[in-house]
Amino acid sequence: MLPELSHSEILRYSRHLLIPEVGLEGQRKLKAASALIIGTGGLGSPVSLYLAAAGVGRIGLVDYDVVDFSNLQRQVIHGSSNLGELKVESARARMLDINPDIQIETFNQVFTSENAFQIARDYDIIIDGTDNFPTRYLTNDLCVLTGKPNVYGSIFRFDGQVSVFDARYGPCYRCLFPEPPPPGMVPSCAEGGVLGVLPGTIGSIQASEALKVLLGIGDPLIGRLLLYNALDMSFDFVKLKKNPKCKVCSPVPEITELIDYEEFCGVPAHDHDEGSAGAEWDITAQQLNEILKDGNDILLLDVREPHELEISQLDGAQVIPLGQLASRLSELDSADEMVVFCKSGTRSARALELLVSAGFRKAKNLKGGINAWAQDVDTSLPLY
Amino acid sequence: MTNLRIPTPLRNYTGGKSEIQIIGHTVAEALDDLIAQYPDMRQHIFNEDGQLRPFINLFLGEDNVKDLKQGLDTPLDENQRLLLIPSIAGG
Repeated sequence: MLPELSHSEILRYSRHLLIPEVGLEGQRKLKAASALIIGTGGLGSPVSLYLAAAGVGRIGLVDYDVVDFSNLQRQVIHGSSNLGELKVESARARMLDINPDIQIETFNQVFTSENAFQIARDYDIIIDGTDNFPTRYLTNDLCVLTGKPNVYGSIFRFDGQVSVFDARYGPCYRCLFPEPPPPGMVPSCAEGGVLGVLPGTIGSIQASEALKVLLGIGDPLIGRLLLYNALDMSFDFVKLKKNPKCKVCSPVPEITELIDYEEFCGVPAHDHDEGSAGAEWDITAQQLNEILKDGNDILLLDVREPHELEISQLDGAQVIPLGQLASRLSELDSADEMVVFCKSGTRSARALELLVSAGFRKAKNLKGGINAWAQDVDTSLPLY
Repeated sequence: MTNLRIPTPLRNYTGGKSEIQIIGHTVAEALDDLIAQYPDMRQHIFNEDGQLRPFINLFLGEDNVKDLKQGLDTPLDENQRLLLIPSIAGG
């Protein structure tokens, strides 16, 4: 039995009620429906805003993080007045301002194999607004195991992908990507950047797909993948098929319970810069500064992209972008004492792995990268 | 001659190009031409056994090459489009 709409709700949703495919019954379906949004960042922002506006009756928000200054370039549900606040609370307040008639439940937790079943149990649909591979595989497997649709979206720089993975009727995420890329191969938004409006586009499409599924209208992206490129202004659609040997959604699955996804992916379940190569291989900005002040001969190796040097740079550093390092090792001398750095220490930690395995034993990683130098040594340099 | 669309994460290895022309009678031959033109792409697309890496999908038109009966030996016609689709995880 679908809930009735009050006169106030009828007025609020009048533009929905005027559409034959939605109408009164559709709006009542939305009021009765529930959606769990995992991540209240770039993708989560438009999804949350539009599902609240649309009158989805109960919305759950999962995010462990707080609003950070660099989020504001794209995470439009948060504002300057929310800096330092829990993201789920910031998002909740904004959503209730748009629509006080809906119910919002917040989960200020990391979404893990230990809590995922319980958190997701009472929701009709799951929207993947995460920013890392482990949580994406967790979300997928959870949805397959519990028979829920997973509205998938992902972004990088100018590229976006959207699909609806519903293993009851079509392929799942693992049918398309059985395994994640090796750690470090696909940069995160923190390392590679992202056009701020891109998650707005992709997240809005995810919201649209979620509404179609909840309403039972139109042609959701089940069995199709939308590929968007903002730079080319291109939309491509490709067909996705169920993999008969999929480890989780095939008739004889290997995976029948949630696993350790950080171990599976080899990376942590977050998008924050780790900045460290481990205590044995790190050097702090202050330590490096002391060594340089003492006049010691150290090669500074900058593995950032050339365009980042316009923002900040260390005098005298040799520049070899990480992607080219393997083929340009001959430009370096393994006898040199060397400190490798990047923006925050993540790419340089990977560069260090490569260097050490190639015999460069006198290399160290600048922990926290040039940002740490800007913070602790030379405040004339900007943080970015 | 076939158009191959290069996704953003891989454009570093094609000199920034978003679309390149590759030649081959089959998908496999066209990929060989891709590597011949841009050798740095090899390690990002293929594993040591010469198979497409599991996080890279290659579509011929709308169809995943993995789903086609002849796979990488599928013949190519003029004006067909190949699309490389890698995993991305940003959000």
